[in-house]
Amino acid sequence: MSGEGSGDGSGEGTLCFHCGQPVPAGQAWTLEIGGARRELCCVGCQSVARLIVDSGCADFYLRRTAPSARVDPEQLLPPELALLEQPQQAQDQPHAADASAELVLSIDGLRCSACVWLIEKYLVRLPGMQMAEMNVATSRLHLRRDPALCSTATILRGLRGLGYTAYPFDPLRQGEQARRASRRLFRQLFIAGLSMMQVMMYAVPVYMTHEGIDPDMMSLMRWASLFLTIPAVFYSALPFFTGAWAGLRARAPGMDLPVAIGIAAAFLASAIATWRGEGEIWFDSVSMFIFLLLGSRYLEAAARRKSASALERMQQAFPASALLAPGYPQQRETTLVAAAQLREGDVILARPGDTIAADACLLEGVGEFDLALLSGESRPQSFQIGQEAPGGAVNLSQPVFLRVVRATGESTLAALTRLAEQAGQGKPALAQWADIVASRFVVALLLLAGATFLAWQLIDPTRAWSTAIAVLVVSCPCALSLATPSALAAATDRLLRTGTLVVRGNVLETLQRADTIVFDKTGTLTQGRPQLTALWSDVDCQRSLAIATAMERGSLHPLAKALVEEGARRQVDALEVEQLTSVTGAGMQGMIEGDLYRIGSRSFVAGLAGTVLPPVLLQSAASGAGSVYLGSSDGWLARFDLADALRTDAVATVAAFRALGLRTILLSGDQPEVCTEVAAAAGISEVQAACTPQGKLDYVRNLQRDGAVVAIVGDGINDAAMLRAGDVSFAMGKGAALAQVSADAVIMSDRLQAVADCAAMAQRTMQIVRQNLVWAATYNFLAIPAAAFGLLDPWMSAVGMSLSSLLVVGNALRLSRRQARSAAEAQPAAVRPALAGAA
Amino acid sequence: MEALYLLIPLSTLLVFLAIWVFFRASDSGQFDDLEGPAMRILHDDDAAVPQEPSGGA
Repeated sequence: MSGEGSGDGSGEGTLCFHCGQPVPAGQAWTLEIGGARRELCCVGCQSVARLIVDSGCADFYLRRTAPSARVDPEQLLPPELALLEQPQQAQDQPHAADASAELVLSIDGLRCSACVWLIEKYLVRLPGMQMAEMNVATSRLHLRRDPALCSTATILRGLRGLGYTAYPFDPLRQGEQARRASRRLFRQLFIAGLSMMQVMMYAVPVYMTHEGIDPDMMSLMRWASLFLTIPAVFYSALPFFTGAWAGLRARAPGMDLPVAIGIAAAFLASAIATWRGEGEIWFDSVSMFIFLLLGSRYLEAAARRKSASALERMQQAFPASALLAPGYPQQRETTLVAAAQLREGDVILARPGDTIAADACLLEGVGEFDLALLSGESRPQSFQIGQEAPGGAVNLSQPVFLRVVRATGESTLAALTRLAEQAGQGKPALAQWADIVASRFVVALLLLAGATFLAWQLIDPTRAWSTAIAVLVVSCPCALSLATPSALAAATDRLLRTGTLVVRGNVLETLQRADTIVFDKTGTLTQGRPQLTALWSDVDCQRSLAIATAMERGSLHPLAKALVEEGARRQVDALEVEQLTSVTGAGMQGMIEGDLYRIGSRSFVAGLAGTVLPPVLLQSAASGAGSVYLGSSDGWLARFDLADALRTDAVATVAAFRALGLRTILLSGDQPEVCTEVAAAAGISEVQAACTPQGKLDYVRNLQRDGAVVAIVGDGINDAAMLRAGDVSFAMGKGAALAQVSADAVIMSDRLQAVADCAAMAQRTMQIVRQNLVWAATYNFLAIPAAAFGLLDPWMSAVGMSLSSLLVVGNALRLSRRQARSAAEAQPAAVRPALAGAA
Repeated sequence: MEALYLLIPLSTLLVFLAIWVFFRASDSGQFDDLEGPAMRILHDDDAAVPQEPSGGA
């Protein structure tokens, strides 16, 4: 610890020292960090900060460049981590020779370089830890440790404690293959680059000289070039040869075919010329050609890999464990098992707050489940004995026993997810069009090259070979084939850096054609969780809220959570509650300081406080707001109105799309009055309320039948069908996993404004693509006849082709450069909490 | 100019040597993460670390 004591950040004292979010005024969470007392916003941040300081890593706060993630106190120690205490659950790989085992974890929530530092430093200090290495590119943490001293659960718990989410990563699943493929591509690119640079060194003097080069020297340079080109052709160019062969076998010649023929023909002709000591050589063209093409492939693959790994992490949202009750009904003891092990007929226990891992029948009691994940319905639903609850439902009431009806892998949620995964990975239509054009172009080109060869055999046989190669090389459709993918890859990468994950290729292209945009309400235009909007009381507001907070503290009901949050924000006194009981679907009852209180629905509270309400509690609530009543045996105390508030950037986003001339529509399953109110607040003119998921789907299909190109923004499982049907769709990052796999793009930053940014990006991208295509067409139109008439030597063709490709790629890269600048502007510098004496 | 008769073959050999070195480095995983090292380099550690993290994956 460096112990700087200067300044205490009082200027920004309202921001949490750990997460940078505002600190509720007058709260009590503070911690001594770096020699000064820091204010923290919640107990979660405090415990994380304490862990960081206590493990000697306080320097983290000096090194980091972005505030850390806010820590939800409830997430600190998830019970399913205990599962990993069993060695067969953790993917331990025995390491040769000693008593150490390797472990690979996938880490979420990396924000800046200090995170990497903190994770490695913290872990390496754990007893028994031998190696901790974080791979930033793949978000994978490689560990080697003595399993006897340092269990997997200790590590995971430690990481959670630091505020990062870690999942055991199963290397067998898919990572290994992808990693090997990307490593091979990188090697091929490197070899091609090395070869190109060296061959150029021998080629440039030949182009530059006027006096001519000594024939012996010339022959030596040719042989050297031949040897240097061999690795490029026989190793780096393999993807083109295999691609060309695959295309031939499928009778669909792709871009790879002329590339492969061009490379092979130029290389063979050059090799023969070198052997015979006369004629043209084109080694420089060959290696440059291979390098440039591989380079664009590498960039494309890197962008794709990034999106794939983000998707992979998203699917971790499923419950990983379940409580199995093997002896039910005689014994009620439960054991924690992995959710994947559940079989039909197993009895599981769902405690309050647990997510049910598989479709299951209620065996006893009355269950109250939150199906928000599956239906988007925010109100909890009651289930009777024998009724089937879908996997993914969250238990909100008392602990219940359930009998598994379908194994986890076949549960409703899993089946829906698989369905969404199978939905096509379709290429953008523009790229498909380019592919079709290119494949015809390829055939025409091969014919033309052949015809050129024959024609020149008649005119001047010595030039026939070089002219044919010049035609193949100059026209190389790479400018055409690079025009779209390079622009899309640059734009995709740029969007990813600002927190928008483009999953399917058609997003940018379709978005700039879209003329209608449909928003879901709950969770998309609104925050998706209720907040206290009004407190009616003629007694004492602060006291009422304190009582409500105390009674609702243990409840998982969304309205209760909102009340407790508000209570914490307003610093209400902590009160002791005795004899707290919960009445399903009605509310809570409890004793505070000798008085009996009830909180909940109006009829429930009326049972205690009497049926006559004071006039202030009869004020009409804003539509869409839910009301919670509080009363004691002495009478009514207060009414709390809770409603889902509009996102702060909703108005700006809707305005941006209206400015682009799009028709804006709000489509929701909620009540019409609520929808109209939200639409008016957000500036949306058309409203379609009370839609079922099927209704939403039909509405979107109708729009499309009328010729509209529909963009959709949604977040819930009930939006999934509509998201799939839309021409282009976005899912919010905090929304349901199914919605995310169904959508074409995921707004990971959870900023609605990102959709508008994406639209602006789409316009620029398509502009660049059009420029690229126009250039590629013009170039080919001029260069091919020139080559066919023998006006171009192969080296001129190669340079022309390369310049043309570079121009196209460079033009595309303008997209990611502009991105970097605007991203820097978008990052407000003030978010960073004050750091005393930080460099 | 006669030196070139030696230097050109030598440069060709050097390239193949470089390819061999590159493959070894790539096999040991040095190129798997091209972002992390840039993040680590500026963090010098004043406190002693109990065990040195060993290289290689």
